[in-house]
Amino acid sequence: MRAARKKRLYLVLLIVVGVGTAAALALNAFNQNLMFFYSPSEVSEGKAPAGHPFRLGGLVSEGSVTRLANGLTTRFDVTDMDKTVSIEYTGILPDLFREGQGIVAHGKLRDDGTFVADEVLAKHDENYMPPEVADSLKKAHDEGVAAAAKEGGT
Amino acid sequence: MIPELGHFALILALCMALVLAVVPLAGTFVRMPAWVALARPLAWGQFVFLALAFAALVHAFLVDDFSVLYVASHGNTLLPNVYKVSAVWGAHEGSLLLWALILGTWTLAVSLYARHLPDEVLARVLSVMGMISIGFLSFLLFTSNPFERLFPVPLEGGELNPLLQDPGLAIHPPMLYMGYVGLSVAFSFAIAALIGGRLDAAWARWSRPWTLVAWVFLTIGIVLGSWWAYDELGWGGWWFWDPVENASFMPWLAATALVHSLAVTEKRGAFKRWTVLLALLAFSLSLLGTFLVRSGVLTSVHAFASDPARGLFILIFLLAVIGGSLLLYAVRAPDISRGGGFATVSRESLLLGNNVLLVLMTALVLIGTLAPLLYDAMGWGKISVGFPWFNSMLVTFMPLMVVFMGVGPLARWKQQDPGELLKRLRVALVVSAGVGLAAALPILGDSWSLGLAVALSLWLLTTLLAGLHQRLRARGGFGGLWKDMAGRGGRSYYGMWLAHLGVAFFIMGITVATQFDIEKDARMSPGESIELAGYTFRFDGVEMTQGPNYRSQYGTVQISRNGKEIAVLHPEKRVYTVQRKPMTDAGVEAGFMRDLYVSLGEGLDNGDWSLRVYYKPLVRWIWFGGLLISAGGLLAASDPRYRHLLHRRTADAGGAVPAGGRV
Repeated sequence: MRAARKKRLYLVLLIVVGVGTAAALALNAFNQNLMFFYSPSEVSEGKAPAGHPFRLGGLVSEGSVTRLANGLTTRFDVTDMDKTVSIEYTGILPDLFREGQGIVAHGKLRDDGTFVADEVLAKHDENYMPPEVADSLKKAHDEGVAAAAKEGGT
Repeated sequence: MIPELGHFALILALCMALVLAVVPLAGTFVRMPAWVALARPLAWGQFVFLALAFAALVHAFLVDDFSVLYVASHGNTLLPNVYKVSAVWGAHEGSLLLWALILGTWTLAVSLYARHLPDEVLARVLSVMGMISIGFLSFLLFTSNPFERLFPVPLEGGELNPLLQDPGLAIHPPMLYMGYVGLSVAFSFAIAALIGGRLDAAWARWSRPWTLVAWVFLTIGIVLGSWWAYDELGWGGWWFWDPVENASFMPWLAATALVHSLAVTEKRGAFKRWTVLLALLAFSLSLLGTFLVRSGVLTSVHAFASDPARGLFILIFLLAVIGGSLLLYAVRAPDISRGGGFATVSRESLLLGNNVLLVLMTALVLIGTLAPLLYDAMGWGKISVGFPWFNSMLVTFMPLMVVFMGVGPLARWKQQDPGELLKRLRVALVVSAGVGLAAALPILGDSWSLGLAVALSLWLLTTLLAGLHQRLRARGGFGGLWKDMAGRGGRSYYGMWLAHLGVAFFIMGITVATQFDIEKDARMSPGESIELAGYTFRFDGVEMTQGPNYRSQYGTVQISRNGKEIAVLHPEKRVYTVQRKPMTDAGVEAGFMRDLYVSLGEGLDNGDWSLRVYYKPLVRWIWFGGLLISAGGLLAASDPRYRHLLHRRTADAGGAVPAGGRV
């Protein structure tokens, strides 16, 4: 009985050590793979990391979509109704991409302040707004109202 | 009138569920056989009324009754009839009704096919299923009634989301729901056993075929969803690690662990508490999945505009189910007897290893899925967890699991001599390591991941062959196969065999399809050709065509190799007339060894188009593997020993295992 218990203890210890190591490795990798989301306002304030990929979301500005000569690269602006950031994307845009639509792009900032996207997502449902985009729009709107009130006060 | 009847039927179904949840269960405590006997007829009644309600909604769609709000928002006179039916579960209210109907169907199935159960056990199982049904039916009736009327009545409906107008997606949700809801059977068996305080090998044997069937449906549902995404979305991906996909993957992982752990409990009476916990976990994760999909708290390609009140209801329901079942578990678990002991090297400990890994993976997927919610709630910023993280997690733990999968079926129950095991594994070890290493060498594959995948797949294949050889030798050669299939335990073994073979295909498929696929975005004029992986793709232009409820830009691309035509593909871009929504429909030339895939981008000036072209080797193996896994599950569930259970109410848990009674 004691030998069996000892064996069981070893087995349990082995599992605990194995799972512990695995969890530590996984969480470490997790932190390196986190992808933060920034709004156009935050990007123009310089809060977004340079040289590290992140996600940027907002509404595609009306009349901003242009296509470069090679036919595959598109430039467009996204806005949170306060600030605007230019995005450049080479490849095929999703079906629901169009002006006025809320989108989320994934990529890096280039030195000239253009966001070079390697992926652009628009959602299945046209009434659906990515929650991050909805939030940042609301925030920009509230700040705008507050700023206007302040100006009106002084 | 008919919608009102449907609504009324739904209310009656809820009443049935209320009685079903209380009376038979109470009857088992106060020993009133008449109350206990009510369980079956109530389950039948509930099913009949749910079927009537569902039929009423189908009817409303078929006759375009736009006075029903749900039909007006998702139906349309121009929809082909098939899609009018599938539109029933195309959005929130209807898909919940389908969910409830499927739950009613499972309840009915248990009441019909579980005749061998003692009346008390059956009554408790059905009562627990009735409780779950109460949750869903009140959710339907109070927050999302599909029969709500609309006035004034519109002339035309809002149409089904065009994405769902595809045969693959028409059957994907019902399959997935069959899986999700099917896990409620395993859950109910576990809860009933906890209530009754009798958790034994017989319990495991009763719930095993049900769990297997639910798990098969879940597998098919996930495979269909993945295949559909690949075929329809136009960017060649087959898995996104999207929250909603994870929501179906987590219960799958937990159910996979459960299926294996049930085997141990049935054969050896061990792991009882663990098995019960897994049964609770698997169904809780299905409910969590519903919550994630329906509440819209997570950013997802699947997320549709949603209503917070519904999210709150499901959250409360979820907490009640998880909290209640865990509480019951905490009260009852100390009474559960320990099962048979086993040595450090034995099939039990190998299966335990597999279980730990599967649960670990479930936990990691759960963390990755919920982390964005946590970060947002704590004000740490808005994040998403990258695709690469999930992939690297899978790549880290999958190989370990495959090693266990190879050894497990060859090891003996209870105690295994390590030296003997090693001797049996010798050939498999040499072959898989050798060929894997060769595939990794620069002259052949020049890729370590290919080498690893080849080694793992061959490891599975060779160990499976070794096991088969051993089993058939004991049964008089290859001719013994059919007799073995007809006998007890045989189909369980061959089911396992097929399913594990499916995993070998799956591993090769995902590795080769992701490592060696070639993708090209190009601007092409009509008549222009490009080369990809030795194939020539000639773009023959795009013309406008008209479908029943959409206009289509219908492209033509001819593929040839060495001047010989292989296929003509027609990638399309459809615009559905009512919702004005564009949809890409990729052109795919499918083959066992490779897929060629073309999707249309955008129309540029003077007839030019941007096109995306892919060469995807072995991509079919991913779904083929999934199908083999499902087939294996079905074969195992059809094992005659589950049908020859009449009156064998107490199976000896720790006793001798019949010769060759391998799982």
